[in-house]
Amino acid sequence: MSGGAIRTAARPVAADGAVSFLRRQWPWLAALAFAVVVPWFSYDWSTGRHSGFIVSMLSQIGISIVFALSYNMLMGQAGLLSFGHAVFLGLGGYVTAHVLNATKGGAVPLPLELTPLAGALGGLGFAIVLGYFATKQRATAFAMITLGIGELITSCALMFQTFFGGEGGVSTNRMTGHSLFGLGYGAPIHVYYLIVAWTALSVAGMLFLTRTPLGRMANATRDNFERAQFVGYDPRMVRFFQFALSGLFAGIAGALYTLTYEIVTYDTVAGPMSANALLMTYIGGVGVFAGPVVGAVLIVLLQSWVSLLSNSWLVYAGVLFILMVTFAPMGLTGLVLMHQPIWRAGRMGRLVGPYLRLLVPALLVVLGFVLAVELCSFLTIGAAQGKSFTLSRITIDPRGAGAWLVAGLLLVGGGLCLRAAMRGFGVAWSAVTEDVKRAEVRA
Amino acid sequence: MCEEAPLMEVLLVSLLNGLVYGMLLFMLASGLTLIFSMMGVLNFAHASMYMLGAYFAYSVSRVIGFWPALVIAPILCGVLGALIEMYALRRVHRNGHIAELLFTVGLAFIIEKGVQMAWGLLPVPYRVPPVLDRALFHIYGSNFHAYRGFMFLISVLMFVAIWLLLTRTRIGLVIQAALTHPEMVGALGHNVPRVFTIVFAGGSVLAGLAGVIGGNYLVTEPSMAATMGPIVFVVVVFGGLGSLAGCFVASLIMGLVQTYAVVLDVSFADLLARLGLHVTSATPLAEVLTMPLPRVGALLPYLMLILVLLLKPRGLMGTRDT
Repeated sequence: MSGGAIRTAARPVAADGAVSFLRRQWPWLAALAFAVVVPWFSYDWSTGRHSGFIVSMLSQIGISIVFALSYNMLMGQAGLLSFGHAVFLGLGGYVTAHVLNATKGGAVPLPLELTPLAGALGGLGFAIVLGYFATKQRATAFAMITLGIGELITSCALMFQTFFGGEGGVSTNRMTGHSLFGLGYGAPIHVYYLIVAWTALSVAGMLFLTRTPLGRMANATRDNFERAQFVGYDPRMVRFFQFALSGLFAGIAGALYTLTYEIVTYDTVAGPMSANALLMTYIGGVGVFAGPVVGAVLIVLLQSWVSLLSNSWLVYAGVLFILMVTFAPMGLTGLVLMHQPIWRAGRMGRLVGPYLRLLVPALLVVLGFVLAVELCSFLTIGAAQGKSFTLSRITIDPRGAGAWLVAGLLLVGGGLCLRAAMRGFGVAWSAVTEDVKRAEVRA
Repeated sequence: MCEEAPLMEVLLVSLLNGLVYGMLLFMLASGLTLIFSMMGVLNFAHASMYMLGAYFAYSVSRVIGFWPALVIAPILCGVLGALIEMYALRRVHRNGHIAELLFTVGLAFIIEKGVQMAWGLLPVPYRVPPVLDRALFHIYGSNFHAYRGFMFLISVLMFVAIWLLLTRTRIGLVIQAALTHPEMVGALGHNVPRVFTIVFAGGSVLAGLAGVIGGNYLVTEPSMAATMGPIVFVVVVFGGLGSLAGCFVASLIMGLVQTYAVVLDVSFADLLARLGLHVTSATPLAEVLTMPLPRVGALLPYLMLILVLLLKPRGLMGTRDT
């Protein structure tokens, strides 16, 4: 957003600038407007309250967007695969918790609205120290150093009491009594709007960074670090600055996390949290700036809704990840962008039929897979928890052969149909793309 | 610190335990070194094969006993490894190195969840066979368990077998050549993809075997892959790419370091006390200084990983950088 704002601010005609800013950034502004309005869809007018589930889910989406975008500063923009990005979220969170506790004690009269700055500074500071080491290497060696750093900090978080609070973590209270607007921040909806504001700021900041020389050089070192060296840039310093700034934004995400949950534990620095960033970023797409935003929204929605229905949502997330890595390495946004030339040429209509033919067998396979996974999970984990597998009041016995047979049939039958449909789709796709190319050449 | 005689005892018993553990690590790390050196892919699912080996062995040994399981479980892992390489990894290879690495990360994740679904969240009672469940000999009054001797025997046999395979057979020579010059081997007309499949399957067999004999020595639980994985990475990086000998030395060092870190109950404060400096709760960083070594032990592999990658990315005997 501010990338456009800053560029247009230099223009003499303000009205012209505003129009071009709107034309360029309207999806972001629409998303922001949607984020502001959406909690009111779940507002219960009889009790005068927001749905706690929805507000907490939306807050989580905001935190995840900042976190995933900061991860993509490394992965997508600089080509650095990190396995320890949660370290900066977590450390930012710990710093924020300590600052909040100090504010409560009266030592630092920092307004609550500005506490994410503490998280940002914490994330930046630790990213400077740890990044100094990590960015000495690139590619696989970098990935392994970050893996080591992640495990190291997780072990430290469990070991040391003074800063990390050991296994219990650090508890805090966001109602410090210091606010710029005189708000108490007892209600989750207040915190949600704080998160919206900081998410918007962070997204704007990160979008702006992609347009700075640093952002461009990060892309250059990603694509060909030797050439970047020839141009006269030190790839290591580019990696270092990118790493440090990415830590800053992860620290903001950590601060927002602390404000939402009012407790920081070792989970925030641990491997699963880092894996979450990877999952969101990769599924959304590393090649487009908005990719991680899509991934973050999707994964949090999956996490919130599917985990209510099923024990095994992580299995689905994992399978989705593997499928994306194998078939669509540019992620969901990459898949959408593949259609751009066809859309522009006005030939999307010719793909509707093949897509519909793909849909039915794909749904059958998904259904069969979900049934098989659920049967398996109820056989062991569900049985251990004393749960039974009920589907709209029909209880399915995972020990009986019937359900397994259905799952097997769906998987095999659907799989065979899907293969045939995929082949047909491939033919249709290449015909359309050839057509589009020929039309372009003629034009 | 301990008195003189018990210290010797502790050091000697730990030496034996450390060697056994180091050989177990080597069994895991040797396969990973081969895969990593040849394909350039860090296989995150390698430790998952180790876990699957243990779980397969548990299931098989419940039906037909431990000894058939010792053979069947590694073969199952090998077949699984071959299938993964032929039908998935080769496809993902087109999408680049990062995609390949991420694929193995996703695979490790799915295998962990799959194991949880198939065998439950809690550790399974995979036990040492009764024949080996006794003391082999006594040392300073403490028992040396027969199963540890058996583990050592198996790992030495495996070590000799790999050595012979790599130095005395044709495929072994091709593999050795492909470790250092994969492109050249392909240029000479060898079927490099097939060699890849063989190495991947072979590495999976070794990891599975390590799981069979390590699963009942340690604990067979869904998190065993996640705890073992990073340690094996450290061994591979520390030993150096393309060097099995380096991997062997690194495994033994890591086994000894981890074992000694558990038994030596010292901290920085003790060392400082010998120098005449006494740490009290008022000393800055008192918490770090008084932390006993056994609790820091868990950190050591990661510290080693970071230090090796920073100071000597080539590892102990590696032929090229990580």
